Amino acid sequence: MRRSFKKAYLLLSPSLFWLTLFLVIPVLFIAVISFTTNGDFGAIIYEFSTEAYTSAFSSLYAKVIWQSVWWAFVATLVCLVIAYPFAYFIANAGKWKNILLLLVMVPFWTNLLIRLYAWIILLNNQGVVNNFLMDLGFIEEPLQLMYSPGGVILGLVYGFLPFMILPIYSSIEQLDKTYLDAAEDLGAGPVRTFLNVTLPLTFPGILAGFIITFVPAISVFVVTDLFTGGKLLMVGNVIRDAFLVEMNWQLGAALSLLLMILVLLSLMIFMRFTSRKDRKLLV
Amino acid sequence: MMRPRTKKILFSFSLLVFLFFYIPIIFVVIFSFNDSKLGTVWTGFTLEWYGSILQNKQLISATMNSIYLAVITTIISTILGTLAALALHRYTFIGKKSVEFLFYIPVVIPDIVVAVALLAIYGLLNMSLGLNTAVPGHVAITISYVMLVVLARLSSFDNSLEEAAKDLGANEWQTFWKVTFPLIFPGVLAGALLAFTISLDEFVISFFTLGPGDNTLPVLVYSMVRLGVSPEVNVLSTIIIAIMFIVVFVVGLRMRKGGEAK
Repeated sequence: MRRSFKKAYLLLSPSLFWLTLFLVIPVLFIAVISFTTNGDFGAIIYEFSTEAYTSAFSSLYAKVIWQSVWWAFVATLVCLVIAYPFAYFIANAGKWKNILLLLVMVPFWTNLLIRLYAWIILLNNQGVVNNFLMDLGFIEEPLQLMYSPGGVILGLVYGFLPFMILPIYSSIEQLDKTYLDAAEDLGAGPVRTFLNVTLPLTFPGILAGFIITFVPAISVFVVTDLFTGGKLLMVGNVIRDAFLVEMNWQLGAALSLLLMILVLLSLMIFMRFTSRKDRKLLV
Repeated sequence: MMRPRTKKILFSFSLLVFLFFYIPIIFVVIFSFNDSKLGTVWTGFTLEWYGSILQNKQLISATMNSIYLAVITTIISTILGTLAALALHRYTFIGKKSVEFLFYIPVVIPDIVVAVALLAIYGLLNMSLGLNTAVPGHVAITISYVMLVVLARLSSFDNSLEEAAKDLGANEWQTFWKVTFPLIFPGVLAGALLAFTISLDEFVISFFTLGPGDNTLPVLVYSMVRLGVSPEVNVLSTIIIAIMFIVVFVVGLRMRKGGEAK
């Protein structure tokens, strides 16, 4: 690798320019807005105020923040529990590996809205499941399957499960099998080999999966929107409504900034605990 | 290596996961052929909805908008991302760590933050929203993916080939186009394809930064899905799922084969 400040930045300048102009500056502007005063009709008055943060942590919104964190966390854990054995199976499926992986890619690339819509067909009041149960006489009234925290968590899991599967799959696939043989030769049983060798070596995949599942899960607004018609809220719903409906940009900006801080923290943790070669697990 | 019993349990479990993935999708496909206009009771087979959707003007214009946005996004982010990857592969320089960190931000940043931040800037500048106001956001979130894919390709690149070209009298420009570019081209293509797909699929940034009259396909799908179950959405979803299936398998199998040949 050569040392050349000028040439490096010449090649980097177009993308750095773009990212600065359309990502860094707008996010910094959001940070500024979050500390301004809210005028009439959504006007931004440039006077310092922490009111947006006070209201973000008031009982009304604190509850939304808390339940977003909780639902996203539960959904991410469920994804992890499903994804690990599943990825392990695919990584060891021999000649079927590629086909099975492609079968995961289809839902991964199909638009989230369409995949959530598919669940609406199954779960809504006149949906397949309710019709089926009523025809069999198990229930008289349709069950409210989507309009509950459980429904939201199902939507989150279905939406973001592939994000968990793919990095874990890569880390299991890259696992040097000779370590497993060595553990076996040294007398470790399968459980011990798994806990002491496989799990630690695939930890970067788990960490990457956790981050790229948790971040969209906590900020998504379409799951609550489509499943509960806005009856249950997550942070994303509040941000959207603050900007588009209530014209309270300060509140929306403050919540966006809190999300951003959460993301930067998790990215720093990830970079701290993984090597450069593990970074590509994020993509 | 795995015990047969473990293997059996894993197999059954994975089968359930695949069912979890595909059962909802299969129901959408089935109901797209349903005669009934109202929701989810099967009344008979029809292709009527497929006929009517092809004449839906909104849908056609949303599709054209989506493709337009994806093409512009792909062109810009492929060029910018490739240049950045070359810089990060070739040189060590002051601030490299920070630059790398910056490139990872779009990968993990929640799309809603990008969306409202851009909306706020547009508001500050009093810009009127249109189709092109979605381009900056789309490019900002796809540059990094191109950069990372090309960088991965470059990491298996043999630097001595460039040195050989220079020893033989090629200048930097010639070396790039005759040696470097052909060798990294598969990476550039993969990066471009990734950018195209992400842009085509992108909903939140488009939702916030498009003008009121400019729908993309995901934005249109959102407005249709909000109204509940309808035959049009079933058909549209089925078509999109079918295209995804074909694309994933054609591109996926080809890339796997290419990978093995290498």
